[in-house]
Amino acid sequence: MKKLNNLKNPKIGNEDPQLQLLSNAEYIVLLKKMITIRIAEEIISDNVKSGLIKCPCHLAIGQEAIPVAMSQFLHSDDRVYGNHRSHGHYLSLTMDTYGLFAEILGKETGCSKGMGGSMHIVGESQGFGGSVPIVSATIPVAVGAGLAMKLSKSQSVSVSYFGDGTSEEGVVHESLNIASYYNLPVIFVCENNFFSSHMHISERQKFDSISRFADAHGIESAVIDGNNIETVLDTSKKAIQAARLQRKPFFIEAVTYRLKGHVGHDDNVDVGLQRKEDLEPWKRKDPIDRLKNSLISKSAISESDFEFFNTVISEKLNKEFDQAVSDPYPQKQQLLETVYYK
Amino acid sequence: MNKKITYGSGIQTAFEHVLENYDESFIIGQGLWSPWYVGNTMVDLDKKFGKERIIDCPVSENSVTGTALGAALNGMKAIVVHPRMDFMVLASDQIVNQAAKWQSMLGGGIKIPLTIRAIINRGGEQGAQHSQALHSWYAHIPGLRVVMPAFANDARNLLIASILSNDPVLYIDDRWCADLEEEVTELQELDIKTIGPKIIKEGSDITIVGSGFTSCQALEAGKELAKDNISAEVIDCRVLNPFNPDLIIESVRKTGKLLVLDGSWKNCGFGGEIIASVSERFIDFKAPPIRMGLKDSPAPTSKPLEEDYYITIHDIVNNAKSI
Ligand SMILES: Cc1ncc(C[n+]2csc(CCOP(=O)(O)OP(=O)(O)O)c2C)c(N)n1
Ligand SMILES: [Mg+2]
Repeated sequence: MKKLNNLKNPKIGNEDPQLQLLSNAEYIVLLKKMITIRIAEEIISDNVKSGLIKCPCHLAIGQEAIPVAMSQFLHSDDRVYGNHRSHGHYLSLTMDTYGLFAEILGKETGCSKGMGGSMHIVGESQGFGGSVPIVSATIPVAVGAGLAMKLSKSQSVSVSYFGDGTSEEGVVHESLNIASYYNLPVIFVCENNFFSSHMHISERQKFDSISRFADAHGIESAVIDGNNIETVLDTSKKAIQAARLQRKPFFIEAVTYRLKGHVGHDDNVDVGLQRKEDLEPWKRKDPIDRLKNSLISKSAISESDFEFFNTVISEKLNKEFDQAVSDPYPQKQQLLETVYYK
Repeated sequence: MNKKITYGSGIQTAFEHVLENYDESFIIGQGLWSPWYVGNTMVDLDKKFGKERIIDCPVSENSVTGTALGAALNGMKAIVVHPRMDFMVLASDQIVNQAAKWQSMLGGGIKIPLTIRAIINRGGEQGAQHSQALHSWYAHIPGLRVVMPAFANDARNLLIASILSNDPVLYIDDRWCADLEEEVTELQELDIKTIGPKIIKEGSDITIVGSGFTSCQALEAGKELAKDNISAEVIDCRVLNPFNPDLIIESVRKTGKLLVLDGSWKNCGFGGEIIASVSERFIDFKAPPIRMGLKDSPAPTSKPLEEDYYITIHDIVNNAKSI
């Protein structure tokens, strides 16, 4: 049975990624994407703290490498489904920070027209099929997307993002069986960050590796360092190819850590087992810093380039946020007009 | 001045009473070791009674509910907590197909001391999947007692009665009631079978009926109406299944007017059930009854839409005056 072994120890394996799969220019694009997601979530965090944002926001600060690397090999007719913690999943495909801000603020310019807030976001035209906060709910939906792709003989693939805690829901196991048995092109991406809200995985499960459930259904799987962009790129490329060309499911268990608390701006330092000891070492395994360091040691960028990227992106995003704040709320009649198909 | 009790502390007291006096009782559910989920209603129970009996569990609503049912069938007083009613939907098989039916389906005489606590937790721009009040759904099911307290002493005594019942009970409490206070009354071990709707304010011009949080609103509205010399009789349903409408019918015989509040959607909802139960035995309404509920849409997140979505005291007062 697979185990996390060293992957669960933040003090081990924090070497910088070997950059071999893509060109330097491509890695710089990925770095900018990660910075964009990070800064967007920092802006959200600050505004949750200030009270301007009211809706619950689950931040994925520290987990950016996973969706950014996954999305590198996805097309707009592929379908990606998220969960309660999906800002990064959404942005990695769409880079629509403005639409996300507006959505979180409940504005009609939001990606779900202001009807959903942080936990219910969608970007159909760029492949993001939707995210919802009922834990495990989107997993069979992603499997269904895979079934539709199989029946319509398309070359598309479906992606399902979920957390370690989600694997405790029965429907996950039913879905793995169905995807496996019917050979559906679904990539299950489990972001194992050791926590389900306040509960450490050791308080909920006998074993720490979630991909053991894939093994049980004969689904090929890989357990990887989710904070190393190269590793995630390498695995997601393989997984997406398997789904796209051989029409079969794949299970990626990306080990990572959320640097913020379960919900909102707080760090939750005092919440849950191991958190106090692990938080600081995991900060040193920050996926953005690691990619930055690799690019600097290859002389692809300099420290001041990195600063510059941050400044430029930060300015752009802050402007967008201000714009979103001044945008109008949905008209009241929208409430009843969106209930049934029109 | 007499001592006060809040709704939240009433729930806490009930749990402590049962855990102290009934060794066979235990609680399982998500968030029991964390204040995030259950507010001020289960503070430090794990420290006082041990993590063996107060079990914070994996995200497995269906299995956990079935596990509690299995324990209840085997001598335990099992309490399962769903910190949001929306999440409990995943456990509907164990509640609706199993817990509610084993008694009758297997010929009766089976003790099923299972209490399922579901919390209604809405507002705060949380949206469609973190807001639902599904009491009507579950009150539809024979074999499942459905209890919905609105006030602090009831929150305590009805919870104790639920846990001591030998039938599965769905006990629904509401986060919006959690801080409401009452003067404390005596803690009692009541028989759930003897509990039903209750008059919480006497009056003669109109009958207003609520359940859970809407009963608190009905009482507020009743006080507002009094300022305009309208004397409202306010009734809190308390037990939605099995439902005994006698008291409400008696009240409407007196007032001739009926306004029903339901904190959920109207179609096939409990508000309609109340009006139907009254109408089957009484037709001399002075005016057609009115039921109030939510707009026919999932809960929105956007601030102005959310503000527009829930029943307000203002609307209750206006509706009462319009009858
Ligand atoms: C059906 C259901 N049960 C419980 C919850 C409450 N809840 C929201 S997120 C969460 C934790 C999920 O943990 P995991 O899948 O590991 O994702 P992470 O938050 O770590 O990204 C829980 C229990 C929910 N939203 N839906
Ligand atoms: Mg997790």
